[in-house]
Amino acid sequence: MTAFLLKRVLQSLVLLVIVSIIGFAVLNLIPGGPMAQYALDPGMTQDDMDRLAEQLGLNRPIWVQYFDWAWRMLQGDWGTSFRDGNPVTTVIGRHVFATFLLMGSSTVIAVAIGTWIGIRGATHRYSIFDYAATIGAMVALSIPTFWFGLIGIYVFSLKLGWLPAGSMYTIGDGSVLNYLHHLIMPSTVLALVHIAIWSRFMRASTLDAISQEFVKTARAKGLSERRVIMKHVVGNALLPMITLAGVQLPSILTGALVTETVFTWPGMGRLFLDSLGYSDYPVVMGLLMFSAILTILGNLIADIVVALVDPRIRLA
Amino acid sequence: MTAITAARSPSHWWQSRVMRRFMSHKLALFGLVMISLLTLACVVGPWLLPYDMLFIDLRARFAPPFTGNHYLGTDPLGRDIAARLLMAGRVSLLVGFIAMALAILVGTLVGVIAGYRGGWINAVLMRTVDGFLSFPSIFLLLALSAALKPSPMMITVIIALTGWMEVARIVEAEVRSLKEREFILAGRMLGLGRAHIMFRELLPNVMGPIIVAATLTVARAILLEAYVSFLGFGIQPPLPSWGNMLNGAQQYLAGAPWLAIIPGAAITVAVASFNFIGDGLRDALDVRSDTV
Repeated sequence: MTAFLLKRVLQSLVLLVIVSIIGFAVLNLIPGGPMAQYALDPGMTQDDMDRLAEQLGLNRPIWVQYFDWAWRMLQGDWGTSFRDGNPVTTVIGRHVFATFLLMGSSTVIAVAIGTWIGIRGATHRYSIFDYAATIGAMVALSIPTFWFGLIGIYVFSLKLGWLPAGSMYTIGDGSVLNYLHHLIMPSTVLALVHIAIWSRFMRASTLDAISQEFVKTARAKGLSERRVIMKHVVGNALLPMITLAGVQLPSILTGALVTETVFTWPGMGRLFLDSLGYSDYPVVMGLLMFSAILTILGNLIADIVVALVDPRIRLA
Repeated sequence: MTAITAARSPSHWWQSRVMRRFMSHKLALFGLVMISLLTLACVVGPWLLPYDMLFIDLRARFAPPFTGNHYLGTDPLGRDIAARLLMAGRVSLLVGFIAMALAILVGTLVGVIAGYRGGWINAVLMRTVDGFLSFPSIFLLLALSAALKPSPMMITVIIALTGWMEVARIVEAEVRSLKEREFILAGRMLGLGRAHIMFRELLPNVMGPIIVAATLTVARAILLEAYVSFLGFGIQPPLPSWGNMLNGAQQYLAGAPWLAIIPGAAITVAVASFNFIGDGLRDALDVRSDTV
């Protein structure tokens, strides 16, 4: 286990370095580079700019700048927001909860429904249900998330008036129920694509598990089909799904960004767009790096969990 | 006679192998017909409609569908939505296709080289693929399109830049498993050059998975274009795209829902068609399905 853990952590660190190089490249593509903020000031002469570049160390070789930037990132110095002068980490920290709440609840919805559809599709293979689920999943993957959100708002907020059209809670009412009421639509909208993905993979994974020898044994023991599926198949079928949950993180974040925009949800996605609008590049860069780190961490945790549950992996 | 009994052996008619094949092909066929019609409409349509996409009909602002000659209604400026939708379709489909071509080109190149050369070249290339995959595509896309001036060509390049990794992974895995096969060993023994083996011997053998990936990449590229343009960082007005037609639609949702419904439906139909075709191709070409 230690060897596996060590190897996996090392791989993640290598990936982190690569991600930071990509991030640094994006940072330097931004017009004016890290000095964009100062270039906006008409009082800055070329002399001032040169002096500033000297002070900020921007006239050094690019790889020295990279190491300097990466070192400061490691120490938690992610720069300050152009917009309000707060440290980037503080600004991001304020928006993490909203996004995690949205991602978490939509993941619960996606896993619950997707698992059910996947298992049923596998046990009733080539039934009408299975075909409907397959076609439904392909259509769900083709619907733009924001459009689904707009339709949801039109039907459930504007026409029926059942659900709020946006934001995380009603001002002056911070009760859990109020949060939940606001959470229903955005988390369902965000979940749609992942129900589709999850159900497809769960179907394949269940079919894989059903064809294993131990299922034959369980059936030979005379267990009812229901018990065979619930006790022997589902657990084994869910195992690869843990890895999928890690792999899906970037796509959930992408969905969250779009969903937050439509529902004016005060999370990292909205922050990202607002920061882009204000050309607040330090926050944009911070969010870019934070999301990548989150992904790497998510994959690492998923792999460790799988290894803990499944001895075949940690011993291999 | 044997063929008939073989087809009848499962208990229901929809469970037969023949039916299954037919089913998947029917869906692919449906996708092919839909996308052909849509493309045809976008290419020819603008000439047949009574209005130009930029003509402002001030007396018919916010007209709902089927008002006079405005078959799909008008937008807040009184421009004909049908005309704009079809012109936007040209832009969105073109962006999708070119982005796909670029992504497939880069992905295939990286995949073939990484798979065949192995060693540190493989390590560097494939870890770069992992690195790009660690970013949520829309974050990278938005950061880049805000940094670089968003001309339609630049948007296309950026979409390709966030979409080449899947192809690279698929091709790399295929090439890695193929390169130990006899025909490649024979080629090496004959003294064929590296480039010849990679692009004349290996590449034709991975065309199946590449074609499937290409179809799904078009779908993805159209969706991504819609996302960035909807958020205001993609194709810039007055040039319409399906995404940027939706850009202002939310504020008029109560009074003019067709502003949101129509372009979104066009995106869904186009993307679903490509997904259906990709699925059919995967069955027809017998490609192992790793993705959804």
